[in-house]
Amino acid sequence: MAVAADVEVVDLATTALRDLNQRLHDLDPDAPDPRSWRIVNPNGAHAVACGLDALVDVEIVGHVGYYCAGMNKRATVRVRGNAGTGVAENIMSGSVVVDGNASQSAGATGRGGLVVVHGDAGARCGISMKGVDIVIRGSIGHMSAFMAQRGTLVVCGDAGEALGDSIYEAHLYVRGEVAGLGADCVEKELRDEHMAELRALLERAAIADVAPAEFRRYGSARQLYNFKVDNAY
Amino acid sequence: MAVTPDWHLRESYLYDRTTIAEIQRAAREGIYDIRGFGAKRRLPHFDDLLFLGASVSRYPLEGYRERCGTDVTIGTRFASEPLELKIPITIAGMSFGALSAPAKEALGRGATEVGTSTTTGDGGMTPEERQSSKTLVYQLLPSRYGMNPDDLRKADAIEVVVGQGAKPGGGGMLLGHKISDRVAAMRDLPEGIDQRSACRHPDWTGPDDLEIKIHELREITDWEKPIFVKIGATRTYYDVQLAVKAGADAIVLDGMQGGTAATQDVFIEHVGIPTLPAIPLAVQALTEMSLHREVQLIVSGGIRTGADVAKALALGADAVSIGTAALIAMGDNSPEYEDQYREIGSSAGFYDDWQAGRDPAGISTQEDELAARFDPVVGGRRIANYLRVLTLEAQTLARACGKSHVHNLEPEDLVALTVEAAAMARVPLAGTDWIPGLNGRY
Repeated sequence: MAVAADVEVVDLATTALRDLNQRLHDLDPDAPDPRSWRIVNPNGAHAVACGLDALVDVEIVGHVGYYCAGMNKRATVRVRGNAGTGVAENIMSGSVVVDGNASQSAGATGRGGLVVVHGDAGARCGISMKGVDIVIRGSIGHMSAFMAQRGTLVVCGDAGEALGDSIYEAHLYVRGEVAGLGADCVEKELRDEHMAELRALLERAAIADVAPAEFRRYGSARQLYNFKVDNAY
Repeated sequence: MAVTPDWHLRESYLYDRTTIAEIQRAAREGIYDIRGFGAKRRLPHFDDLLFLGASVSRYPLEGYRERCGTDVTIGTRFASEPLELKIPITIAGMSFGALSAPAKEALGRGATEVGTSTTTGDGGMTPEERQSSKTLVYQLLPSRYGMNPDDLRKADAIEVVVGQGAKPGGGGMLLGHKISDRVAAMRDLPEGIDQRSACRHPDWTGPDDLEIKIHELREITDWEKPIFVKIGATRTYYDVQLAVKAGADAIVLDGMQGGTAATQDVFIEHVGIPTLPAIPLAVQALTEMSLHREVQLIVSGGIRTGADVAKALALGADAVSIGTAALIAMGDNSPEYEDQYREIGSSAGFYDDWQAGRDPAGISTQEDELAARFDPVVGGRRIANYLRVLTLEAQTLARACGKSHVHNLEPEDLVALTVEAAAMARVPLAGTDWIPGLNGRY
């Protein structure tokens, strides 16, 4: 594969993960460091490109293990393969895109930024999300958006059991079937402002073949927000 | 009106007044009792142990002037920047949310003054506590409220919280009246809700996953920070071994007497094991892995005095941690506020409604008016004084046992007053060589 001269290529078959992450952490915000990185032969390594905080494009060619791009800030990370558990966990900003499938807890606890999975995502997708936007081109597994606090989860395929269990104020959109809703999660009306939100997110995720009107919206019934005490007498 | 029972009246042991009151409260309100503080029941504890001071067969150190070291280093296993503490007594994790911002600041001030660490809680790191704490441990909890890589890098150590002694297997709780604007914003939650945080971590589900999680945290922080794993005492032997296998630099072990800001009473009183048996279980686990003293053991749950500190260290802990006692040192449950405790249906010495946010001492509250009563400078001084007393007391006992460092205390220096304590602490019943369960006799 031809590589442009200004792309820093790191081969994880010959470079220690520690060295790669340290170099990415050491990027000087003011110096002309390579702003495009390509990581080859990840071979399922865990914690690849985690903890980044720089305006840098990182392309990972192959499959990654757990926590790829964990706690990402500002960086754009693209995985040309599948991702293991907790891809982009606690993402703060920037974007993480997976071309293949993602395992469980994709985008878990994310507080900002964008996570896109072009395949399917496993269980607990968007669990405890706190402001991140997540777009899944395929389907998601059970217990997704458990205790989801803020942010938006868009699922172009189906959702598994117990979607949005104990949800707070996150916005959920599912285009296909929902196997079941979790405690305190209900279907809500899809209004114009929600269509606009969906349209913008699908555009950011570069997904052009689905229409906002095809989705259904889910959110909190807000019945579990306070303990019920019977002080009737 | 208080009634003095007549001599011929006999109160039921099974249905005592506390039990009757709780049955009637439950029938009236239809919800379990949620409260703060820790277990209130009588439990085998450090009070059931005594030191064997030096005599003819042992040589004591002079009680005040001779050197008796108290320093401890935590995180020597993998971290490039371990914690160097002057005393083996740290401040346990307590959240901003559960406590007011000035109270958190005071904990940092006091700990810093005597050269030890303080710890964040289930609500993220506040600038006040970072600024006031020279050494700050940042907790990674199941809720991940406020979690962010900047604070992770600002921290001096990271504590992965699996559980706490007051409620092993339970998540956090913060009731609506304490979810102020600032608390809600830090936690990304709506204001005023009764918040229940997760009891399981969102992105790992077992010890093998935990190992990978710890690896990620080390990568994000460039292998600088010590990483602790905090567990509530239950299956302690196995939990410690699994946490060590997962790569922990230190184990924080919280016995069932450990405090809480808000938990169901039934949980506080009926789940977990006391601190006393938990320590030997942890030490056994570490010793069998040849890692005792290399993976440091920090013990909490009912540490009140220098005697408690010394006994925990003698049983094999490297350090202890205080929470409830720190709040009391700052003024919680002070008779100074007796009239106000009465107004809210409690009394100094009994107050445990830390969940309610109406603390007259201004510590467990988010109400500005109440929090303003608490001066973080004065509170910090009280914490420092209290920590100094604990340290001096522990040194006194160590010197009496002939030890030039508090870490030289050992189980051989202890005897037990009760059969239960002897079995749990694995030291002989006083006057005998009998350790029930250990040396084959009963």
